[in-house]
Amino acid sequence: MLDIVATDYLGWGEEGVAGYYATSGGRDLNDPAAQGYSRTPEPKPARFALSYLLLRLADDSARVRVQVWLEDGQAVATVVPVWATADWYEREAFDMMGIRFDGHPNLVRILMEDDWEGHPLRKDYPIGGEPVRFSEAE
Amino acid sequence: MAIVERRPPLAGARPYPGSRIPQPVPTILKPDPGLEDLLTVNFGPNHPSTHGVLRLIVDLHGEHVVGIAAVIGYLHTGFEKTMEHKTWWKNVTYPARVDYVSFQYNELVYVLAVEKLLELRVPRKATWMRMALGELVRIHSHLVYLGTSALEIGAISMFWYCFRERDLVLDLFEMVAGTRMHTRYFQVGGLAEDIPLGFYEEARKFCEHMPKAIDDYEAILNSNKIWLERTVGVGALSGEDAIALGQTGPNLRASGVDWDLRKREPYLAYDEVDFGVPVYQGGDVFDRYKVRVDEMRESVKIVSQCLDRLEEMQGEPWIADDRKVVLPPREELHTSMESLIHHFKIVTEGFRVPEGEVYVGIESPRGESGITLVSDGTAKPWRVKFRAPSFAALHATAACCQDVAVADLIAVVGSLDAVMGDVDR
Repeated sequence: MLDIVATDYLGWGEEGVAGYYATSGGRDLNDPAAQGYSRTPEPKPARFALSYLLLRLADDSARVRVQVWLEDGQAVATVVPVWATADWYEREAFDMMGIRFDGHPNLVRILMEDDWEGHPLRKDYPIGGEPVRFSEAE
Repeated sequence: MAIVERRPPLAGARPYPGSRIPQPVPTILKPDPGLEDLLTVNFGPNHPSTHGVLRLIVDLHGEHVVGIAAVIGYLHTGFEKTMEHKTWWKNVTYPARVDYVSFQYNELVYVLAVEKLLELRVPRKATWMRMALGELVRIHSHLVYLGTSALEIGAISMFWYCFRERDLVLDLFEMVAGTRMHTRYFQVGGLAEDIPLGFYEEARKFCEHMPKAIDDYEAILNSNKIWLERTVGVGALSGEDAIALGQTGPNLRASGVDWDLRKREPYLAYDEVDFGVPVYQGGDVFDRYKVRVDEMRESVKIVSQCLDRLEEMQGEPWIADDRKVVLPPREELHTSMESLIHHFKIVTEGFRVPEGEVYVGIESPRGESGITLVSDGTAKPWRVKFRAPSFAALHATAACCQDVAVADLIAVVGSLDAVMGDVDR
C-alpha cells in the first residue's frame, strides 16, 4: 500500500468556498464553457472520500485506487492488520480530517500536538486558525 | 588501494527468518515486560543526529535498544492546506520545499500531475532537461545522505568530500536557474527559461569528475574497518518486511527487491536511456549505503546521455506553446496587447485546471514520491496530498532497530534517509 488520501468535499462546487474566488464569474474573460469545462463540478456522494492507493510490486505490476465515501462522524474499519504501513497513514487521516478508524491499535494524533483542537485539513477549519499565544497576557 | 571485501553477499538469503514487524502497533517496539532496570531515553527532537527534528523515545536495557517509538510532527508546516489556497501556478514553489534535499524532484512530480490534469504536451527538450536535473538532484541528495550519515558514525572527512561535490551540483543549478536550491525552474508546460550557454560544458566536466570522486568515497569507506563494523549487519530489514512497511526506493532495493519506477513505469524518457538498477540483498545499513553509491554512478551515466540528446536540440522550444497556461515570452509583453493580458491573467488569477483527481508517482532519491491532486475546475487545487517516501521510511524504525545498541540507532536512522520536511510536510 502506498498512501491513504482523505479529502473533504464540504462545499464542493458552491460559491463562497475558498478556492473558488480566483475565477469569479464577472471577470472571466476566458469563458470556461467555450473550453468545455463545466462551471459546477460533478456532485459527490458524501462529504469525505478516503482513497487507498495500492501498488503491486511484481513483474505484472498494477495500481489500484479504492475509494470509500463517508459522512462526518462515520467510522471506517482499519486496514492495519492487512497492510502494516497503514498505521501512520490512518493516524494522519484521523489527525488532519477527523476520520475514525475502528480497530486501529494506536489512533492518536501524529502531526499535530496531542492536545490540538480541530482537524486542520477540513474545509471548515479556518486559515489562521491557530490562536496567538500570550497575546492578551500583557 | 586494496579494497577489503565484506562478508560474502547473501545471494537470495534473508537477513533474518520470519517477520520483525512489531505487533499490534507496527511502528512501536514495546520492551519485553520481563526485563528489569530499563532506562527510557528521549532522543531529540533537537539532536544533531536526527536529520532535522525527529524524536525517538527509546527504552534501553544496558546499551541495547529494547523499545522504540518515533514521534514526528515537529516540522509540520501545513503545506497541503496552504496549497489549497494558492493558485496552481503559484503552487510550483511549494513542493520543492517539502523535501528540501531532493527539491527538483518534488517540483517535477507536481508539474507532471498538473500536466496530466491539463493533458498538456511538453516539448522534448524540456523532458530531457527535467531528466538531467532530476538525476543531478539525485546525486545531490545521496551526497547529503552519505556525508551526514558517515559524519554521524565518525567518518568526518566524508562530510567534507561529499559537500565539496554537492557544491559542484549546486553550481550547475545556479547556472541554470539563478538559485542554488528550490529553483522553480520546472514550470507547468516545460522549463522557465532556455538552457544557458555553457551549461553543457560545465555539466560534462562534472560528469567526468564525479565517478572519480565516487571512487574516492568508496576507497575511504569500503576498506575502513570501523565503517564496516558499524554498518554491516546492523539494522537489517528483510524484503517482505520492507514491502509490508511501504518502503520504496533505495531502502527497498537494499533489501533485495528489484523495484525502480524508472524501469517499471518509465516516465519522462527513462525508457530511452541506458542505466542499471543496483539491488543488494542484506537489507542492512551497509547495503543501503552501497545502493546509493551505485545509484550515483548510474545517475552520472544518465546525465551524460541527457546532455548528448540535449545538445542536438539547440534552438528547440523549451516550453509548451499554450498561452492559457504558459506565460508569454518576456519580449512580447512590450509589443503585444494580447500577450500582456495573458500574462496578467495567469499571474493574478491563475489558469484553470479541469475537474478531476490524479495520482502521479515517480522515483525520487528516497523512493516513490507521489502526489494526489483533486481539482474542481477552478484556479486553485481542491486537495493536495503528498505521498512522502520519508514518511514511509520512518515506519521501519521499529522493525530495523531490534537487536541494536544505542550507538547504532543513529546509523540506522541515518541510513533510512528520511528528510523531516518530507515526513511532516
